[in-house]
Amino acid sequence: MDTQIQHADIYALSHHHRFQWEEAQNSYVILFPEGMVKLHGGAGEVLKRVNGKATVGDIVADLKATFPDADDIESDIIGMFELAFSKGWLRKV
Amino acid sequence: MTQASLGESVVQKTVHAATNNGVAASATQTQPLWLLAEVTYRCPLHCAFCYNPTDYDKHTQNELTTEQWIQALRDARKLGAIQLGISGGEPLLRDDIEDIVIEAKKLGYYSNLITSGVGLTEKRIQAFKEGGLDHIQLSMHDITEEINNFITNTKTFELKKKVAAMIKGHGYPMVLNVVIHRYNIGHMKEILEMADALGAEYIELANTQYYGWSLVNRSQLMPTREQVEEAERITNEFREKSGSKMKIFFVVPDYFSDRPKKCMNGWGEVFMIVTANGDVLPCHSARVLPNMKFPNVKDTDLGWSWKDSPAFNKYRGDDWMKEPCRSCSEKANDLGGCRCQSFLLTGDAEAADPVCSKSPHHHLIEKAIIDAQNPAIAAQPILFRNDKNSKKIIAGELKALTDEFHALP
Repeated sequence: MDTQIQHADIYALSHHHRFQWEEAQNSYVILFPEGMVKLHGGAGEVLKRVNGKATVGDIVADLKATFPDADDIESDIIGMFELAFSKGWLRKV
Repeated sequence: MTQASLGESVVQKTVHAATNNGVAASATQTQPLWLLAEVTYRCPLHCAFCYNPTDYDKHTQNELTTEQWIQALRDARKLGAIQLGISGGEPLLRDDIEDIVIEAKKLGYYSNLITSGVGLTEKRIQAFKEGGLDHIQLSMHDITEEINNFITNTKTFELKKKVAAMIKGHGYPMVLNVVIHRYNIGHMKEILEMADALGAEYIELANTQYYGWSLVNRSQLMPTREQVEEAERITNEFREKSGSKMKIFFVVPDYFSDRPKKCMNGWGEVFMIVTANGDVLPCHSARVLPNMKFPNVKDTDLGWSWKDSPAFNKYRGDDWMKEPCRSCSEKANDLGGCRCQSFLLTGDAEAADPVCSKSPHHHLIEKAIIDAQNPAIAAQPILFRNDKNSKKIIAGELKALTDEFHALP
């Protein structure tokens, strides 16, 4: 599987997966048949922006603008895309 | 309901969210992430491996109403429940599953219908889709009509294939659960190929665990160790070589492990079960345990049941442990295994799960494995799960089948 993430790529949540805020968990989660993944702060911020329209580059730019004090978040963001894609939470559109 | 469909493979996936094992008592952050609604024990199938209680017939006349289920869903959601399993028996024997699904959607649950497929019609699946049901898990039994019909004691083979197509046709992910036992373990490759051909996204190969009807039929269902190892090898080979995108969960049978399973991912940690009659349980078979009073939604608040009830706190964490578990370096891995299995087999719910090779009762498991290979014992007839047999068990007419256990399975 090619997991090389490019700035021009566009991703969406995989079919049968749902992304939502869970008050009881105080975090974002991904839900799928009989399972759940709890996303820690940064991961939730990345996936929140994945909508089948924004490119990876758009999301990187948006996060850099939102969190100007964070150092080198780009590699973390790309790492999160790699993880989410390899786990099957995201699909490429 | 199918075996282990809410079992270990699910726990593997939710484990990120459950980091508080080993911490005792109600002050922890435990949340019932999983709500399993066993909405009825009535079932058109009569599977020999069913883990439902053998005395289920007591609970077929006093089921919760639609309103009571909806209230339970609301209350559990406030406690943090997010995955909802609608199970049974066969949940489709109730005509209000559509209402339950609509409410689940409104509340933000990810809802899972766990079904044999019997009773699923175009009209109902359409209503489920519109109501927001997220996923349907279908039980399949074998690639052969003969074994399917034998082990379920019904003629349901053709119907299951039709239902599988219907589920796929409505855009649902195809999630299959196959309970593995002596009669189908030799067909592992063919079962996987069938699932792939049906377009399954997920398949759970759930080796039979011995509770309820499956415990009574243990000697008739248990495969040999060699068969289990071969089944796992074939599964791994299929994963590597087939190129299939299907996710395969192989639920390892605990009788053939050296260590017990971390049952329910810990007592009162992530699972809450509400039974057909409203009992609130930390695991499917908890009612076999002695001197325990489980709350019931008809008269008790779910929040109290989860956080404060003596039953849910009894085996939380590890304060309750005896030796050899108490001083065991591995105790956090499995929390001493399954309390129900310990009690059913040893008569002491706080004993180490006898599956563990460190348990002083481990010989009971070794004997069960040997007995299952004894042609004289294995040839005894299967007791199928049906109302007539349940009534006989309640009346004490089948004591010879249940005598060796310390509670009615």
